[in-house]
Amino acid sequence: MSDTAVHIQRLRRVYVWEKPVRIYHWLNVLVLLALVVTGFYIANPLALQSQHEATGKFTMGWIRYIHFAAAYIFFFNFLFRIYWGFVGNKYASWRQFLPISRKFFKEMWYVFRMDILMLKGREHMSIGHNAMAGFIYFLTFVVFLVQCLTGFGLYASTSSWWFPKLFAWVPAMLGGDILTRQVHHWAMWFFILFVVIHVYLVFYHDYVEGRGEMSSMGGGWKFIEEETFTRGHHQTPNPEKAKAQDGPVK
Amino acid sequence: MSNDALPKLPPTYYQEVERKGYSRRDFLGFVTMMAAFMGLEKSAIGQVVKALETKPRVPVIWLHFQECTCCSESFIRSSHPIVADILLDKISLDYSETLMAASGFQAEASMKNTMEKYKGEYILCVEGSVPTAADGVYCMIGGKTSMQILEEAAANAKAVIAWGSCASNGCVQSARPNPTSATPIHKVLKAGVPLIKVPGCPPIGEVMAGVIVHLVTFGKIPELDRLGRPKAFYSKRVHDSCYRRPYYDAGLFVESFDDENAKKGYCLYKVGCKGPSTYNACGVMKWNNGTSYPIQAGHGCIGCSEENYWDNGRLYERASAFAGFGIEANADDLGKVALAATGVAVAAHAIATNVRKHKLIFNLEKEGKQSEKELES
Ligand code: HEM
Ligand code: HEM
Ligand code: SF4
Ligand code: SF4
Repeated sequence: MSDTAVHIQRLRRVYVWEKPVRIYHWLNVLVLLALVVTGFYIANPLALQSQHEATGKFTMGWIRYIHFAAAYIFFFNFLFRIYWGFVGNKYASWRQFLPISRKFFKEMWYVFRMDILMLKGREHMSIGHNAMAGFIYFLTFVVFLVQCLTGFGLYASTSSWWFPKLFAWVPAMLGGDILTRQVHHWAMWFFILFVVIHVYLVFYHDYVEGRGEMSSMGGGWKFIEEETFTRGHHQTPNPEKAKAQDGPVK
Repeated sequence: MSNDALPKLPPTYYQEVERKGYSRRDFLGFVTMMAAFMGLEKSAIGQVVKALETKPRVPVIWLHFQECTCCSESFIRSSHPIVADILLDKISLDYSETLMAASGFQAEASMKNTMEKYKGEYILCVEGSVPTAADGVYCMIGGKTSMQILEEAAANAKAVIAWGSCASNGCVQSARPNPTSATPIHKVLKAGVPLIKVPGCPPIGEVMAGVIVHLVTFGKIPELDRLGRPKAFYSKRVHDSCYRRPYYDAGLFVESFDDENAKKGYCLYKVGCKGPSTYNACGVMKWNNGTSYPIQAGHGCIGCSEENYWDNGRLYERASAFAGFGIEANADDLGKVALAATGVAVAAHAIATNVRKHKLIFNLEKEGKQSEKELES
């Protein structure tokens, strides 16, 4: 192959994920990890200690303590992210997550064809989340909510603080703690599957786009081609640039 | 004592206690015990005594539908003899298929009589669920369906008590596939009459007595939780008052029945104890005159007072069966399958990416290599 046609891109640094979004993201990763690990233990405690004596032990107690402490952080972190969806930059905006415009659906459909069915065509490149990713995060937030409702609902009867008591209606609505716990348990699997796919897709985008996707959640930067600016090609549903063209580009 | 000749002014409870030959001391002992169970303050004991001394007994109609009578059994075995003798005995029951002396037309007349004479005064106790399939023919008494009987009796009742899991949640006869459409009574009763649910299979006798004494003493229904159960008895999980709880907190569990840990009395969580999701007073009041309760006997709680407890998964397993995926599958089995499938899908996608997007990746690499070359000096 000849080298003559090599097209060297000029890249511009774009601040995509602001610091609060990044802190939210990694705090969320940390507490979710803690919640899943402790959740598994609560659901099915390992038989590691069967031979131990009972004196001075509080293993399940600590595990539950970590679960509840992480749960509080998780909940308020989540609330913070919702707040940031209203005051943060355009890539953090709540509009990124809700499929409420034709454009959003169009983009989701396009991402589906290009990145899942692997059809040939002009590549789709977005700067923030692409529409499909935004929608999946929206679903994730819904499951966050389910976990908080069922979790605090279960916690309500064991707590004397008013805050968890606010959720006491959840098990009452579901008809009791047994079903509430089951829902809480099933929902955990959503996160496990989500994380596998999510982390894979982060690698994937880094690999096929070459814009620094992997590191973007670290420093906040992505590196966007000069052309994208000159031609005004913003794939991300952009409230401030509604006139931005619809078609996919390369 | 016959029920059909109702005296003009019914005797008070205390008069009946005396007539039955109990001493004042027995009576006070009974009141103190009840007050303690109901979680009343000491100062309220006098109030209870006064009420039982002065108030005429409240007429009670006790209906039996789709049930096994274990609630009645539990009630008459409750620890204090006065419970059975006075509260439940012929004295207080104007109609109860199981315990009344009258039968046939006499019995029907007695019920009718009570309903007319004490309109808006009598307490309606219901044991059992109501089948609604096939117009209710699965449970008929005296030519009427249980639905009709319930509607008639509830219309003018002061309060309705749903005894046990059958009347409160449907219990075993409402388990899938529920051929008779067994329905708990709060779903068939018209709103308006206050309803107290006292779930359990059966409920604890002292709890049942406590509910009745509360109604008699205060003339109103006890404070209820969101699911309509008296808070005094159903606000804590069995787990919260379980004497094995320290083993749970320590992480020490029975792995299988009859293992070394079972002998040591460790927590029964891993052999299916539903105590952590079951609201009942078993750990505090216990059964058979406070002798023991299932967990004390080495068996996990089966969650008998919770909704759908027959469909809530297996009795000896923590993880519940997943409806529609065969009885063997639980959430974790399905999760593992889904995880494996996700792994395969991700791997397939990675391969497809390298094939289908070969040119794109190749160009990126080429561009990168070119830049690398230009940096060489
Ligand atoms: C979002 C991530 C979360 C995950 C993955 C998770 C996972 C789990 C799992 C697997 C269980 C065991 C359920 C079972 O018995 O099978 C559990 C229990 C529980 N979780 Fe969570 N949970 C999460 C969030 C929360 C939150 C936000 C709360 C709020 C307080 C919470 C409170 C509880 C409570 C109270 C229990 C029952 C513990 C007990 O009674 O011993 N969880 N969790
Ligand atoms: C428990 C594990 C994880 C969870 C629950 C999680 C969750 C999320 C969520 C909810 C978002 C949306 C961000 C927002 O706008 O608020 C996101 C974005 C992102 N995450 Fe994660 N994440 C996890 C692990 C990771 C890991 C290990 C990486 C590795 C680098 C990563 C990299 C990213 C990146 C680059 C984005 C932006 C993606 C985009 O273009 O849409 N995440 N993550
Ligand atoms: S035996 Fe059951 S109720 Fe008692 S501590 Fe263990 S799980 Fe809880
Ligand atoms: S221990 Fe559980 S299953 Fe047993 S009677 Fe009490 S609530 Fe019902």
